[in-house]
Formats: sequence, C-alpha cells, structure tokens
Amino acid sequence: MGPEIRFDRVSRSFGAVTAVDEVSLTIAPGSFVALVGESGSGKSTLLRAINRLDEDATRSGIILLGGEDVTALPPPLLRRRIGYVFQSIGLFPHMSVAQNIAVGRRVRGERMDDAALAALLDQVGLPADFAKRMPRELSGGQQQRVGIARALAIEPEVLLLDEPFAALDPVTRDALGKTVRRLHDARGLTTILVTHDMAEALLLADRVIVLARGRIVADAAPPELAAGRAGLEAEALVAVPREQAARLAALGR
Amino acid sequence: MTALFHALRGLGDELAAHLVLSLAALALGVVIALALTLWAARNHLVARIALGLASLVQTVPALALLALFYPLLLSLSALIGGRIPALGFLPALLALALYAVLPILRNGVTGLARLDPAVREAADAVGMTRAQKLRWVEAPLVAPFVIAGIRTAAVWTIGAATLATTVGATSLGDPIFAGLQTQDWVLVLAGCLASAALALAADATIAMIERGIGARRPGLAWLGASIVAVALAWALIPKRASERETLVIGAKNFSEQYILARLMGERLTRAGYAVDYREGLGSAVVFKALMAGDVDAYVEYAGTLWTSEMGRSDNPPPEQMRAEIARYLIGKGGARLLGPLGFENAYAFAMRQPEAQRRSIATLDDLSRASPQLTLGTDLEFLDRPEWAAVRRAYPFRFARQKRYSPTFMYRALGSSDADVITAFSSDGRIAADRLTVLADPKRAIPNYDAILLVSARCASQPKCMDALRPLVGGITVEAMREANFLVDRDRDKQSPAAAAGWLAANTGLAR
Repeated sequence: MGPEIRFDRVSRSFGAVTAVDEVSLTIAPGSFVALVGESGSGKSTLLRAINRLDEDATRSGIILLGGEDVTALPPPLLRRRIGYVFQSIGLFPHMSVAQNIAVGRRVRGERMDDAALAALLDQVGLPADFAKRMPRELSGGQQQRVGIARALAIEPEVLLLDEPFAALDPVTRDALGKTVRRLHDARGLTTILVTHDMAEALLLADRVIVLARGRIVADAAPPELAAGRAGLEAEALVAVPREQAARLAALGR
Repeated sequence: MTALFHALRGLGDELAAHLVLSLAALALGVVIALALTLWAARNHLVARIALGLASLVQTVPALALLALFYPLLLSLSALIGGRIPALGFLPALLALALYAVLPILRNGVTGLARLDPAVREAADAVGMTRAQKLRWVEAPLVAPFVIAGIRTAAVWTIGAATLATTVGATSLGDPIFAGLQTQDWVLVLAGCLASAALALAADATIAMIERGIGARRPGLAWLGASIVAVALAWALIPKRASERETLVIGAKNFSEQYILARLMGERLTRAGYAVDYREGLGSAVVFKALMAGDVDAYVEYAGTLWTSEMGRSDNPPPEQMRAEIARYLIGKGGARLLGPLGFENAYAFAMRQPEAQRRSIATLDDLSRASPQLTLGTDLEFLDRPEWAAVRRAYPFRFARQKRYSPTFMYRALGSSDADVITAFSSDGRIAADRLTVLADPKRAIPNYDAILLVSARCASQPKCMDALRPLVGGITVEAMREANFLVDRDRDKQSPAAAAGWLAANTGLAR
C-alpha cells in the first residue's frame, strides 16, 4: 500500500504573494485525497512541493513521504518513485506512445517489455496497437491516457494528479476519472488529486481538502461536504454542483 | 560559351580548396555555436551576450573580418614565439567560422526558447537528470532548428569563402579577383557560377539530412552525410602530389603583379621547384607575409616600402633609397632585396589630353589651381597612403570630389568623365593606349617607385632560387612592361597574365 504523506508547516511565497501559508496535513497511506480550491489557492503549489517540482516549497517546512524527508534524495531520484500527471500532459512529441510510456523506466536504466506495455495500455483503456503511434495522432483524451500510463509505468506508490482532466470534454473527463479511481484501488496507491471542480472531487476522493489563500479552510469526507457540514467556504463550492444536479433532476421530471 | 566551359574545367583545385575551407569553417562554427547554445540554455545573460556578439560579428563586412585576422594571427604568432601560419588557410578558417556562428546560435537559442514548457516539466517529473533531459528531449527537439541554422550558415560560408583569396587562401575567389583585375569576365563568371553551384549543392544536401531526420528516415540522412563525406574525400586528395620543394609567389591585386608573378613562377618551375601563387593580396599583407616566410618572392615598389613600411617622408635618389631598403630588410631579419627590375611604376596623375589642354594643365601646380572644379579618381588605397599626404603638403589640392575605384574601373571612370584626373600607374599600358596626359611633379613630391624584387630568407639561402630569379633584375624596361600590361588590360583580344608573362619573357630575352 502507498505511503503516508505528511506536511509540516509548509509555506511558499512568490514575491509578496503567499501561495501556501504554514500548511500542516497528514494524508493516510492508500487514501485518495482531493485538494480543491480556486485559482491561486495554493493547491498546485502544495502538490508540486511533494516531488519537488517546486523546490522552494521545501525550504521552510518539512514534507515526509513514508516517514522520509523528500529533501533527503536528489530531485531526479525522488521523482523516479512518484507518478505525476498534469493538465498540459507534456508527452514527448518526438517519441512514440510506447517510448513515452517507457521513458520513466529508461531514465532508471530499465527496459519495459511489450507484454507489460500492452497490459498498461489496456489498463488505461487504449488498444495495444496505439503503442506505435505518435502523440500528435491522438486526441486530447487519448493523450492524457498515455500520460497516466507513463506515470504508472514506473510502478509508483504515490500518484500526484495536477488538474489532469481540466482541458478535456465532460464525457472523456468522467471516463478518465473512473479509470484513475479504478487504478488507485487496484494498485493500492496514495493519490492526491488537485482540481477546481468540486463535483469531480466529491465523486472520486475519499477525503476532500478545501484550500483558500494558502490555508486549509475545510477538510472532510465527501458525504459531510455534500450535507453542508464542512463550513461556509466549502459550502460555497459545494452549492454549485448540488444546485446544478437539482436543476438537472427537475428537467427530467 | 566554350571559354566559360574551359574556365570552369580549370577550377578543380580552387573548388577543392574552397570546399575544404568552407566545410572546416562550418564544422568549427557548428562546434562553437553548439557549445554557446548549451551554455546559453542555462543562463539568460550568456544567451544575450552571445547573441549580441555574434550579431556584432555579422555586421563586420566579411572582407574586413578576414583582413583583421591576418595581423591578429601575426601578433599572436610573434607573442608565443612560435610559427602560426598567419597567411592563407588559418585566418580564413577562423574568420569564416566566426561568421558561421550566428545563424546556428540564433536558431539553437530560438529552438530552446520555443520548447513546450510542458515537455520540460514532463522531463523533470519523470526524473531525468540534466544530461538525460538534454540528450533525450532538448537535443532532438531543437535539432531541426539547429540544422536549419547550419543550412543558412553553409550558404553564407561558401559565399564569403570567395573573399579568402585576399588573405592568401586558395578559393573560388581566385578566379573572381583575378578576373576582376584583368577584366576577364569569363573568369569572374566561372568563379561565381562554381561558388553558387557549390552553395546550392550544400544547401540541398543539408536539406536532405534535415528531411531524413525530421521524417524519421535515417536512410535519407545517411545518404546526405555520405555525399558530404565523399565530396570532402575528393577535395582532400592531393591534386598534384609533388615531391619538389614548393615556393610561394605573392602578387598584389593588379595585372602587372599577376604577370610578374607568372614570370617568376615559370622560371622557378623550370629551376625544379613546385610553385604556388597567392594572388590579390593587399600591400601590407604581402609584405608581412614575406617577412614571416609565408611568401617566398614578390615584386614590390620602392616608394611603397619607403613610405608605408619604413614611415619615411624624405625623397632620396633611387640608388640611395634601394640601399636603405636593403639594409632595412636585413635589419628586420629574413627577407632580401634581390634588385630592381628596371622599370618604375609610380603614381602618375593623369588626365584626358583634350581636357588637360582646354584647362591648360601640365603640372601638379596647375592641377592644384584647377582642383576645386575637378573630381579626383584614385585606386582603393591611395587616399590613405602617406604619398597622398606628401603630395598634398607640396600641392594644396582642394578637389570638388574624391572617388575610389578598383584600378580597372579607375581608367573607365576617366574615360566616362566620372573623374577628371586619376592616380594612374606609370607602367600602365593604358596611359599610352588611351592617350592620357601625365602631369609633371616639379616639386618631386611623389617618391620613386622602382619595381624591386624581394625574396624570402628561404629563397635567399638557395642558390638555385636566386639564380632563377636574378636575370629579372634590370631585365624589364618600362616599355616592355607597359606592353605586357596592355595585353591583359585591353578590352579586345585579352591575354591571360600567364600568356603576357610568356610574351614578356620572349621579348626581353628572358626566355633563354
């Protein structure tokens, strides 16, 4: 099962703007946690502090991954153990799908055999013959499925998702969300999903943390939030999808 | 047409040398540009400085850049006491390589800047080290930009390499410069065509490599690379493998010099030497090359050395001047003054006869009075030479306009009335042929310009070399030289410098 992730008084400023303000937080092993908030709430900064894509965030606080300080290893070695998927996908345009997926293994000096590749493509919902295609031949949703496969090819115990579905259409988005949740369960990962979409967070995560102005303003399980028992700031975000759901239901009657 | 074909067929050596020089300069330029690109990728300040410097280099005319590298290498060579060959291949290589840097560097930096930030982030996120990121992501994605830059640089370099002739490197500029000076347009055209064809071929070949890489067709890329390799191999095969000792003969950039170089070359060849020609050199370059031993023999003019190299402004009788020059050369170590050829090639102010009569100008004093209404046409260097300063001290000229021409066009300018008076050369056949009036110099402001034969220390130490050249001393009258010059300079039935040299040898008793 994936490791525990613990933040201890982590802060990060960009000039005069405080993006993350002394956040302390413990994420249980094997849980699926969503970080929700508006743009600039500090949710992405917090996520990127874990694999040190934002190296300055670990200067003024401690992040423990399975009890181990993330600054103990050089960043490349740390990142080779963590799956990371982000909104702009970032497939390598000059590499085939197969090469893209295997790149994390290659970085570690390992090879990836065809069977493992085919299995992984199947798990993210792509046909095996996609292996030879180039990224530009794929749709956005297919590209992000490759992005997820690339993150999982290194058999990580931690999966970090930074707005992974934000640029996709609603149908693809829903399907990919379900895929990710299924993979999380099957592999026993510790998963953190950053999203601005409260409905997505409520439907996928075990625990939803709401950030505003760099601080945690709500921290609850989805049923509590949906019931409106997690405070005013969270309620403002939950109210929108709840009201939309009600109007949709009313339309169908 | 047949003449052009014939001229093109004779350019094998020049083409080979041009190819080797261009490729070497391009390769060096690529290495420098890639190193700078990598450095610039890590540091914004470096990127700005490197791009700024490369752009600055680009604004220096290629001709000047080449000319600057020659004294630079000379002083560098003197500094370390060793012998860096300052004439020929090396200065041309360095200047052209600098020239090639900009397009490659600019494209490399642009390519890196255009790299999708998401791709960089992904490379970091999968745990690539800096080196892995460079090798697997940045290099392949920037390669198309860099190759496009190399294409541009290749075309530039091949074009600019024609200018390498002026610093004594053999190139396709040889026929162009020689043809320009002797008005042999077929030769000029042949040089231009060959150089343009080479540039187009290089562009097409690199385009092939580019497409091969871009379209993931390694076969195509390898084919392109093979073409380059074969061309280079052909160019590097020694064309005339010679076991004979090679002497280098220098020539400045006008017909008389080309003719005398061939005359000397012919004699040295018969004496058993292999001969290389470095033609179209500037006055200062050829003298320094002689002192450095890069050139073994050339014809200088006493007044030029006297004023330019020795910095003298007095005007002693010819024998005394020659004696002092000989002492000067021995004092500088190395070169020797073999002797005067027997004619003078002085600066001579010349006008069209009717014009001179109409304005009743016969001397430089007369000219000075009339100068505010006249345009002076000179060769490219005269207005910067100490002789001009000396003449102006003696005669207070105030010309309405002063224009510079290459020597050939200077005569044309007089003919077409673009200039009223020119600084002609007294041994020039065109003075008589065009019926020009040469103005007298009553104050003896213009020093004497006896043609003198200078040889390197190497030639001076070999009786065979000295014996081959000694008959030239006192062997050429000014009438013979004028006639020979006119064979090359006239518009109809032009002769090559080599043919004129043959005529000169036959008509002065030197052939025997």
